[in-house]
Amino acid sequence: MPVAVHVALLNGYAPRWTDALVNGIADAVSGPVEAFPVDLDTIMAFAPGRRQYHATLLLAALLRHRREPTAKILGLTSMDLFIPVLTFVFGQSQLDGPGAIVSTHRLRSEYYGLPPDEGLLLDRAIKEAVHELGHAFGLVHCPEADCVMHASTYVEEVDLKSSEFCTRCARSVEEPGRR
Amino acid sequence: MTTRKILIVDDELSVRGSLEEWFREDGFHVETAEDGNRAIAKMEAGPYDIVLLDLKMPGMDGITVQRRVREIDPGAAIIILTAYASVETAVEALKLGAFDYITKPVDPDDLSNLVRNALRQKELAEENLRLKEKVSELSRSAPIIGESPKMRRVLDTIRTVAETDSTVVIRGESGTGKELIARSIHAQSKRRFFPIVAVNAGSIPETLLESELFGHEKGAFTGAQYRRKGKIELAHGGTLFLDEIGDVTPKMQIDLLRVLETKRFSRLGGNQEVSSDFRLVCATHKNLEQMVSEGAFREDLYYRINVFGIEVPPLRERPEDILELARFFVEKYARAMGKPLRSIAPAAEDVLVRYRWPGNVRELENAIERAMVIGQGSAIEPGDLPLHVESGGGTEPAARSLAAVEKDHIERVLQELDGNVTRAAKTLGIDRATLYNKLKRYGIRR
Repeated sequence: MPVAVHVALLNGYAPRWTDALVNGIADAVSGPVEAFPVDLDTIMAFAPGRRQYHATLLLAALLRHRREPTAKILGLTSMDLFIPVLTFVFGQSQLDGPGAIVSTHRLRSEYYGLPPDEGLLLDRAIKEAVHELGHAFGLVHCPEADCVMHASTYVEEVDLKSSEFCTRCARSVEEPGRR
Repeated sequence: MTTRKILIVDDELSVRGSLEEWFREDGFHVETAEDGNRAIAKMEAGPYDIVLLDLKMPGMDGITVQRRVREIDPGAAIIILTAYASVETAVEALKLGAFDYITKPVDPDDLSNLVRNALRQKELAEENLRLKEKVSELSRSAPIIGESPKMRRVLDTIRTVAETDSTVVIRGESGTGKELIARSIHAQSKRRFFPIVAVNAGSIPETLLESELFGHEKGAFTGAQYRRKGKIELAHGGTLFLDEIGDVTPKMQIDLLRVLETKRFSRLGGNQEVSSDFRLVCATHKNLEQMVSEGAFREDLYYRINVFGIEVPPLRERPEDILELARFFVEKYARAMGKPLRSIAPAAEDVLVRYRWPGNVRELENAIERAMVIGQGSAIEPGDLPLHVESGGGTEPAARSLAAVEKDHIERVLQELDGNVTRAAKTLGIDRATLYNKLKRYGIRR
């Protein structure tokens, strides 16, 4: 049975391209996709020394806002995320779990001293959203360079891959038993 | 592909948790440990491909844990993680064999590259080990059979010289197994992971031998269409076995002496010097000392090669080894021919021991191979052996013409094969037409 995806727009973040993001995600997964706003207490996740937000804590808080027990919830934020051992993360998810979170903070061209590029930001946001949802559907990193599940630790790598699952990963998302 | 395993050792729950998730998403099987004791317990139940180890932990410190981890599994790649960068501890960790050392928080790209490189290095090390084992298996020389005091002395000398890098001269009659001894020296030496390259100087004309040993450049002579490496170059790192060194011409002796002294030479038609690090083992059935005194072999080359000498005794001087060798060959050919193992009847044993074996071990091997082909019973009988032993204990009289021996032999083979010319020709190693001609010439009736 197709699994629904809920995009949680965190703490008032609602970019103009939200509908396009929803459509982009819908192209990759088989279930219905919808977006709605969610407010989280972010202070508990803020690390003053790093001026970043602890992705794991935010994700734990997000899961309390799930509307359907079978749906996957994806938090979308512009806050800079980290996990304790790494300098930053584009996003985080629970492997084969109910939720994931993605930040656009380091997907923006301005972060790298380049002019704003909304089209490119949308493209990157779709890829990272589908990538983290892929983990929530139980997928691990894929060796296929073009597959959206290919590991990307810097933004140029995000640009190099496509926003689609390769045939093998797509089959695993549709039929989880095949993994 | 097998799932790679990683062990994360860190006292902070949030670090363990986040790294666990990060590596699980990368397809790893992840285990975590919050202190040194638990890490060691996990290692003992391992193995792991990678160990990510925090240096600062309560109780057992990271360096001690690292030491124990290395003892338990030297193959695991250890990556040191620490919140406090200190050159001293980094140096100590690396000295103890850590793959690398990184400070928290880590750039995800750096961690990803580090883990990828550690895995690659581990895979290469494992591949290297597998290939070494394969080479070792392929280069294992055939066993040298013999319990006689003379052969034991030879085996002891092989063990002694194998460890050195000295040149060895193996002397012995034809068929005594000189090449087997050279291969055994190579197989027991530190050069065993490199090739042993054999050249028979006696069977190659001088001009060809030069190109065979030194190689040639393209166009060095008519027909030299490509550059070709010589045997000396191919033996780089390993052993060059030069058989029948007593047959090398005076000019080649000079060239060889120069290569042995400098380990450098030029390919034919080339100006560039090439170097090769090889160990020379040579063999001869000739009396080199006599050749030196007659001026047929250079004295300086003689002294250069005669560092260690191994004298392989002829088979007639070690009769106590004959039956053991015979049984070894029976087993070898039974396996090769897919035939049941045969015993050797006492009368046949008597023939084998009393025969003088002018062709040495090679002749014995051929005799047993033939007996295994033609014999039918469960034991090898004297009639299966192509040997004539006088009842008085000597060999057959030497004063016979080759033609007489050939006639006798053809008659015996035909008799054993019930006059079947096709099978007889096959056994004798000649074609049917040749055998018919010989039958006609010797007046043999089938």
